[in-house]
Amino acid sequence: MTQLDDMRRAIRESDPQLSRFDPLPRIICLDDFDRGMCGWTQLVGNYEDTLDAMLPGYAQHSHAMLSTLPNWDFGSHGGVDGSYALKIATRARKGAQNVAIKRLTFRKAGPIRLEAYFTFKPEATELALSETDIRSFGFLYDLQIGDTSGPGDRVMPHLRFLNAQDGEHIQKWQFKRRTMPIKPIGTAGKTITHYHLAPSDWEDLPGGEQRLCYNEIPTKVNWHYLRFDFDLATMQATGFQVNDRVFAMDGFDCIRIPAMKNLWCMLNLAFFAETDTDKRAFAYLDSVCLSGDF
Amino acid sequence: MLPENLTAVVARNESWTAESATEPYEAGWAKEAIVFVRALKQPKGTLPKARIEISADGLHWCHEGSEFDLPAAKDAVTFQRVSHFGNFLRVAARLPQGAEITVLVTLHLKA
Repeated sequence: MTQLDDMRRAIRESDPQLSRFDPLPRIICLDDFDRGMCGWTQLVGNYEDTLDAMLPGYAQHSHAMLSTLPNWDFGSHGGVDGSYALKIATRARKGAQNVAIKRLTFRKAGPIRLEAYFTFKPEATELALSETDIRSFGFLYDLQIGDTSGPGDRVMPHLRFLNAQDGEHIQKWQFKRRTMPIKPIGTAGKTITHYHLAPSDWEDLPGGEQRLCYNEIPTKVNWHYLRFDFDLATMQATGFQVNDRVFAMDGFDCIRIPAMKNLWCMLNLAFFAETDTDKRAFAYLDSVCLSGDF
Repeated sequence: MLPENLTAVVARNESWTAESATEPYEAGWAKEAIVFVRALKQPKGTLPKARIEISADGLHWCHEGSEFDLPAAKDAVTFQRVSHFGNFLRVAARLPQGAEITVLVTLHLKA
């Protein structure tokens, strides 16, 4: 640790907003949804000439909300340290998904760290615990090398917490290295699409079983911490932690597809929710911190 | 900091028939909203009025009282101003037999 590191750490630990994160030296963004949407938007699918060209997986997406986590039985839940969180809500149809995304580019291909406080619940349409109604909560990066630093790929690390499937409470982290076939969109030869969040091709993260605090009725939530470390130089994951558990990433890999002609230095990050019943799934983000070593 | 100001597309290329509505949208932080509805295709049949609905929990809905025309032609746009709507907001319509409209519904919300 250098004197600069010590000073930086002291300053950050005295700031309540930053003290609950462990960012790398440069903070790229610290998104506290008490300040608004902070650049998070909906993941719209690609199209040309007509919206009918959009794949159904993307067509179902809608805009995230600033939510107080309101409940019919006790009112607003609130966030970790304020009134609002970002809410990602699916439709009420088994298998429905929704995504919130932030689109950036990177200035140095080096280590980056994603940290977030998150939770999830199904819509409380029943007076029952409903702990197996949400299929998954997850997140991903969509990355591509710089235009002069190739050869290289478009790389999409995905992780999801498979909470339940077909009524079974599974509770384990999974990753993805395969995606659906890439399809051209329209006739101009400029746009393609692929649905990388399809329910197929998820693989278990070795040692990735985890029982998360869920609480005792369908409306109470508890916030969880996650951290995902990735190196843009090697395009490899280097660390993953959720609450008190640190997971080995030796068995992890990413979706890797050929670099595309208009996505250089892309750094997109996204969170998603998926329901396993005909009931809306809600994923909530209290705050997100993205940092880098540059 | 400037007050929050959000454009949220809450229904995109959705075909409405019979009883239809946008997904529940939470906007308790906003003091005012304008709902825009654009027809993406030529509507069919006799179109009813659309209505604004509000809810305490996103599950149980009340007619807020505002009604407005649905757009009668492809790319036509209609809108409705709303204020003091609490938290959950949606647009709903009951289309008679044979009526259909493909909508783009946008909420413009301001704190």
